[in-house]
Amino acid sequence: MLKNIKMKRIYLDHAATTPVSKEVLEVMKPYFSEKFGNASSLHSFGIEAREAIKKARKISSKLINARPAEIIFTSGGTESNNLAIKGIAFANKNKGNHIITSKIEHPAILKPCEWLEKHGFKVTYLDVDNKGMVNPKDVEKAITKDTILVSIMTANNEIGTIEPITEIGKICKKNKVYFHTDAVQAFGKIPIDIKKINIDLLSASSHKLYGPKGVGLLFVKQDVKIEALSHGGGHEQGLRSGTENAAGIVGFATAIKLAEKIMKKEAERQTELRNKIIKEILKIKGVQLNGHPSQRLPNNVNISIKGIEGEALLIRLNEKGIAISTGSACSTKSLKPSHVLTSIDLNDEQAHGSLRITLGKDNKEEDINYLLRELPKIINSLRKINPLKW
Amino acid sequence: MVFQYSKKVMKYFLRPKNVGKIKNADGIGRVGNMLCGDIMYIFIKVRIKRKKEIIKDIKFQTLGCPAAIATSSVITELAKGKTLGKALKITNKEVIKKLGELPPIKYHCSLLAEEALDEAIYDYLKKQKRKIPVLLKKKHQKILMSEKKFKKKFG
Ligand SMILES: Cc1ncc(COP(=O)(O)O)c(C=O)c1O
Ligand code: FES
Repeated sequence: MLKNIKMKRIYLDHAATTPVSKEVLEVMKPYFSEKFGNASSLHSFGIEAREAIKKARKISSKLINARPAEIIFTSGGTESNNLAIKGIAFANKNKGNHIITSKIEHPAILKPCEWLEKHGFKVTYLDVDNKGMVNPKDVEKAITKDTILVSIMTANNEIGTIEPITEIGKICKKNKVYFHTDAVQAFGKIPIDIKKINIDLLSASSHKLYGPKGVGLLFVKQDVKIEALSHGGGHEQGLRSGTENAAGIVGFATAIKLAEKIMKKEAERQTELRNKIIKEILKIKGVQLNGHPSQRLPNNVNISIKGIEGEALLIRLNEKGIAISTGSACSTKSLKPSHVLTSIDLNDEQAHGSLRITLGKDNKEEDINYLLRELPKIINSLRKINPLKW
Repeated sequence: MVFQYSKKVMKYFLRPKNVGKIKNADGIGRVGNMLCGDIMYIFIKVRIKRKKEIIKDIKFQTLGCPAAIATSSVITELAKGKTLGKALKITNKEVIKKLGELPPIKYHCSLLAEEALDEAIYDYLKKQKRKIPVLLKKKHQKILMSEKKFKKKFG
């Protein structure tokens, strides 16, 4: 409840979504009006849309060192993941029926895997260590003659841990199994080169990168055997039928271009802010950092606070105009704490008091100072009404 | 999960009444929710007035979500000044009514408040070596069982 609309509002939930950059919005606008053509049409209107999408494909492929023809535009990270997992499963089921993934993947990976299990596939969900790392050796051990796909995320959306995908890529290559990575949180934030790392498929999403919602991409390396899920007019190399969302795709590509330009500088700047938050927050009694201390996304802070329930903290911060998120059981439908937090061995109490702060390019040091001023006050006030000693 | 707390819930959450502990309380109710891990304590002070036992003072301490804190506050306000008999009749529905509305997923928080009050009264009657109404006894046994599971889970 924001009583005063003019109240200072600080957005620290960029892992959830990001605002569309002004520049992106401007580039998109004509594709809703004068450049509205269907990219499949032969006339000038069609050509306009087609050319724009072609250019977008080129820009997008460049960021990860792929070829334009290897980029499939989709409706977002969820669709990209579904296409990767199910598309590979269906196309390669004569080769095997086994998939390897981790316990801390996004639901957009876990749910398609669970669904495949109902249709004759076998899935191994690898454990992670208490920092959220997959052990590449575990991947290697899990591979059988029936394994067709390994899917491990580039970086985790809750705790920010960056997975050892270079090692996992090597193992997959050696064992001739496809390697998919859900790069939704890492794409455009840390460098990813699909040639240096042996990646066969990669998912990305526009709205995590200051692009519009409802657009994403799946990189599919040439010659990878994959089936379409959506059949129709044969768009996107036949892998994703449906008239292209030209405005969205152009917006996404513009966002990618901007991200590429500021990636190095922003990664450094945000890492510094992140480290400052971590350092200051850990001074508060009963606070611990979740995830990896160094192998983590530049913009991610995830902590557990003893004697605090996350949703209460979230709402209290919201009253101060600060937007963050929590993995507390209270804020889920199932009343179960986040599967990521329980996978890194947090007990229910630690998950209960978890808080995620994710920075973005518009966050300034003064925003962080404001958070660091308000947070301890709220923690104190909530702890005062806690019946337990912590 | 997507829902929004009503203005009233927010008011009670941000400025709860009767927060704290009562030293030498006559009865203490301690409950926890198995699923989400929230914990609620209610303390009561009982005074006899015209041969009736009245809840003279009541306070709560809660570790939990905004709904848990708001419902704790409301139930203490509803119970204050009531006879034990009347206080036992306060249900979570009444608490929700006083809050205007509560997201359905948060109903269990109001149930926790009802249980905490019942337990405080149970504790009082027990300490006074008094006969416990059958219904209250049943409720107490149910709470005891879930508490065992809670302790196992949350330690
Ligand atoms: C790691 C990860 N994968 C997939 C998704 C889903 O992406 P989208 O919202 O574009 O469907 C998200 C976003 O919530 C994510 O963080
Ligand atoms: S008491 Fe658990 S969600 Fe409110």
